Amino acid sequence: MRTAISPLALRQPRSLRDALRMLRDEGPLTPLAGCTDVYVGLNFGTLRDQQFLNIWGLDDLRGIDVSTDLLRIGALTTYTEIIRSPQVRRRLPMLVAASREIGAVQIQNRGTLGGNIANGSPAGDTLPVLAATEALVELRSIDWTRKVPFVDFYTGYRASVRRPDELITAVEFPRVEGAQWFRKVGTRAAQSISKVVVAGVRSEHPRIAFGSVAPTVVRVRRTEDALASGATLAEAQRILQEEISPIDDMRSTASYRRHVAANLLAQFWTEG
Amino acid sequence: MTPPLRPIAFVLNGARRTVRVHPLKRLLDVLREECGLTGTKEGCGEGECGACTVIVNGNAVNSCLVPVAQVAGAKVMTIEGLKGRHRLQRAFAEFGGAQCGICTPGMILAAVALGPRPTLEQVRTGLAGNICRCTGYEGIYRAIRKSEDRRQKTEDRSKTSHLRRPGSSLRLRSGQAAPGSPALSERGPAARVEGPKVPRRRG
Repeated sequence: MRTAISPLALRQPRSLRDALRMLRDEGPLTPLAGCTDVYVGLNFGTLRDQQFLNIWGLDDLRGIDVSTDLLRIGALTTYTEIIRSPQVRRRLPMLVAASREIGAVQIQNRGTLGGNIANGSPAGDTLPVLAATEALVELRSIDWTRKVPFVDFYTGYRASVRRPDELITAVEFPRVEGAQWFRKVGTRAAQSISKVVVAGVRSEHPRIAFGSVAPTVVRVRRTEDALASGATLAEAQRILQEEISPIDDMRSTASYRRHVAANLLAQFWTEG
Repeated sequence: MTPPLRPIAFVLNGARRTVRVHPLKRLLDVLREECGLTGTKEGCGEGECGACTVIVNGNAVNSCLVPVAQVAGAKVMTIEGLKGRHRLQRAFAEFGGAQCGICTPGMILAAVALGPRPTLEQVRTGLAGNICRCTGYEGIYRAIRKSEDRRQKTEDRSKTSHLRRPGSSLRLRSGQAAPGSPALSERGPAARVEGPKVPRRRG
């Protein structure tokens, strides 16, 4: 049943500073960006949170900046903005590929990169890209700014190092050397949530991250090491099975996901 | 201890509108209940089906996933904003783009958001978030193509009609717009079938 909205409260900060102060003094608050996940929870009565913070209007958190070594994407940047950005297309085509496969146009127009991280679903489609590129997540509170390696961001299923008084403000991607490769396997091209999703960078030492096969997105370092040191594909596939822990759920089965993950690794390694 | 409801103002189908509702109320519900515009439908309530599609600041969005607070100051267009006269509305009716009708308002607005001259691939991608259980989609794609063909024909005709009327400029009196100038184009046939869209300047 849909959540009754009368007990819910929304705070409306006028600036980032205002928002950070509210997070510190009036929290815990659930930030509302594009609402494409939060409102599904509200519409189905599965979300318990009652205190919200509307950050959608904080334009400081939008935008894409490129320097020689860094691609910086504001947390409120939508998937549509990522897809349309010539800089992201050039520097990080696999993030564009991931963004194109999230929901459909209506969701891409509202969903944000910061929201995908904050939501923390193991099936989040941009998350393997962040893990494979060694992105940094910028977290700000009223008193400090810190940057956390994305691979250290999650501590468990939908749990992260973000403190309640911190806001995800941006993601920074270092320059990626090597060919980028992204695949999402779902029931159809649009709207489906991943059964398995993978991002890989093909270089001397490949970097590979899988989603939907563990409580959090996983960087499969032992599999990477095996491939880098010249192990056979079969050996790497065997190690991969030790690094992932998929489950049966409404979208797929654990054994199907294991099978697909192994096939995707082979595809990455032969054509990536 | 419910706080007093602050007014939320936005532009709805070209007219300013102010509502006093809970800021987290879904845009979909505000449109249907406070604004009385029931053309926007609720299908799945989770952003999967596109029946509740409206256009906010030029972008198609699922109004079931938008708190009304987030359209404060924005331009919102619903199916009613097309006034039943948009070329896509006519084409959907004529070419089998609509059957039961539940998906139709969202489908048409998603098509409007595509902009002019979409390729079939762009149509398929742009409408991928709108589910139809009647038509099998082919009627919808056909309607959009026919509508686009007509738009281009109208545009071509209005362009060449100036050329076919060599004497027209002679009839100009002071204060009248020259053929092809924005003032005249806005009254031209292409502008009329565009409905509420701002006519593109030509010539």
